[in-house]
Amino acid sequence: MTPSAAGPAPPGGFLEFQNISKRFGTIQAVEGVSLEIRKGEIFSLLGPSGCGKTTMLRLAAGFEQPDAGRIILDGRDITDLPPNKRRINTIFQSYALFPHMTVRDNIAYGLRVAKKPKSEIEAEVEKMLHLVRMTDQAGKKPDQLSGGQKQRVAIARALINKPSVLLLDEPLAALDLKLRQRMLIELDLIHDEVGLTFLYVTHDQGEAMSLSDRIAVMEKGRIEQVGTPAEIYEAPRTSFVAAFIGDTNFLEGEVVDIQDGEYSRLRIEGLPEIVCFNDKTIRPGNSVFLSIRPEKVHISRDRPEESRLRNILPAKVEDVIYLGSMTKYWVRTGDHRIQALRQHARIFLDEKPIRWKDEVWIWWHGDDGFMLERYRERDESLIAAPPQNLEESPEDEDKG
Amino acid sequence: MRRSRFPFIVTVAALLFLYLPILVLVVNSFNASRFGGGWRGFSLVWYIRLFHEPAIWQAARTTLIIALSATAVSVILGTTAALALHRYSKSRLQRAHFALIYMPLVMPEILMGISLLMLFVSAGLPLGLGTIFLAHVTFCLSFVAMVVLARLQDFDESVIEASRDLGAGGWTTFRKIRLPLLWPGILAGGLLAFTLSVDDFVITFFVAGPGSTTLPIRIYSMIKHGSPPLINALSTILLVLTFAAVALSQRLSRPKTKEAA
Repeated sequence: MTPSAAGPAPPGGFLEFQNISKRFGTIQAVEGVSLEIRKGEIFSLLGPSGCGKTTMLRLAAGFEQPDAGRIILDGRDITDLPPNKRRINTIFQSYALFPHMTVRDNIAYGLRVAKKPKSEIEAEVEKMLHLVRMTDQAGKKPDQLSGGQKQRVAIARALINKPSVLLLDEPLAALDLKLRQRMLIELDLIHDEVGLTFLYVTHDQGEAMSLSDRIAVMEKGRIEQVGTPAEIYEAPRTSFVAAFIGDTNFLEGEVVDIQDGEYSRLRIEGLPEIVCFNDKTIRPGNSVFLSIRPEKVHISRDRPEESRLRNILPAKVEDVIYLGSMTKYWVRTGDHRIQALRQHARIFLDEKPIRWKDEVWIWWHGDDGFMLERYRERDESLIAAPPQNLEESPEDEDKG
Repeated sequence: MRRSRFPFIVTVAALLFLYLPILVLVVNSFNASRFGGGWRGFSLVWYIRLFHEPAIWQAARTTLIIALSATAVSVILGTTAALALHRYSKSRLQRAHFALIYMPLVMPEILMGISLLMLFVSAGLPLGLGTIFLAHVTFCLSFVAMVVLARLQDFDESVIEASRDLGAGGWTTFRKIRLPLLWPGILAGGLLAFTLSVDDFVITFFVAGPGSTTLPIRIYSMIKHGSPPLINALSTILLVLTFAAVALSQRLSRPKTKEAA
């Protein structure tokens, strides 16, 4: 997470979407979305392709007009302003550099069309070239640059206009993994340096998690949840969010009773009763989905000590996937397949590594599961085939 | 493995079929013989004679005036048409527009010539430079529009959005981004229009009036009055010019190879 250079954000939105709807032909791209983005923060719109996040960005830039709703920037209604009259600049996914102009001319473009004095343009361009470390490439044309360099030119070209908000449309999608990680750090540094508001659109949860102050998870043209990366990961409000952000295990069950008003006991078919923290208004008799992150599930050959809030289940290993820094185990308990992610192949040094077909014990703490009210049909696909993302880092639990 | 010679033979045969007549013409233009037939030695006499034929120079001038003006006007109209077709490609009106623009490319020239002649006569326009110019614009603009439209189809519209985003208005964006990026296509279309105008015979034949003879028509009448060696020389010059223009046009309209990221 990035502390904003602009200091603590004032309450209320700097860029506000008020009840925005947008339809393309028969497709409802955005439906009644309201969002408040604070001054100086990095705000991400995260969601699968087709969720409406890019439409939101294009609405903010002025490339599209909403069918309903208003867009407010710093207290001014900008809904009807054309793109060139908004103090908002965009970094395009394809960079959209002008191929017939040099790096220097690309960067100077915004000031030139604004008819700024020549000396000022030159000074500003030098400053920007320096900021993105492209001074020695200033005479080149875009097709002589690498992906990362083009990216930096696009950033400089957008920043030179001193926009109130910078829109970034999957700016790292075209780069390879190593470069993406480096550019992510650079974007963060640039944000700290210039201290303006970033609206970042991505489908990559890793990018959104590591860069954002806050994230809005979008699906089917609606906002599923808005929160800090830690909130989104640790306390997803819907099963879509739980499944989309990182991996998770889902178990379908029914609430039996509530103990001390804090913990619920769940009945899940084929398993002993499960204890789970209940921070929601879930009543006995309700059908729920229990979600447990794979990294919260412990696995061992030896039966762990009993404890009131510990859920302990016998299981059989069905798959062992070595991921380098982590090992993922798919185990079966009752009729349920559960994945566990552990950093070491064994718990104790003198213990044999866990292998395929081993009988093991899995357990997790009652606080580590969370209950979600019945997930909707459409989330099924996400749960049936959990996304296997080798780069995802489950250390996010340290956040917040 | 022995490679089949068949493709090679077919290629040579096809090239001979296409270019042998032209080759004969070019070789004959350097032939000292007055009546063609046998080779009487290399000579530039016909080229020199060509420079002392005022009728030919007059025709060349007419041709050039028409070609240049028709090209200029059809480039502007054709490009405008292509921009409209591209921008509103989904509207029904533009689909009708496309059909109208496309028509002259497939319509028999003789049909166009006759219909234009009838139009000009019934409109009371005196046949001459003006009518040839109008006729040439009619078909040239279609070619320009098609070449520019092809160029527009792989145009990256996001640079237009980027320009707007950076604060440029519609006209500035057109002048500073769209036009420079479209320029090779426009130029290619213009060169194509120029070549078509220079060597058009059929349509020109119908709409030309007295005193407005173009080169192709002059050549035709020279054949009738029998001075083949002069025609050979003239044709060779035209051939070289046409090849140069077409080659340049193709070079410009070739889409740029996508650069590696």
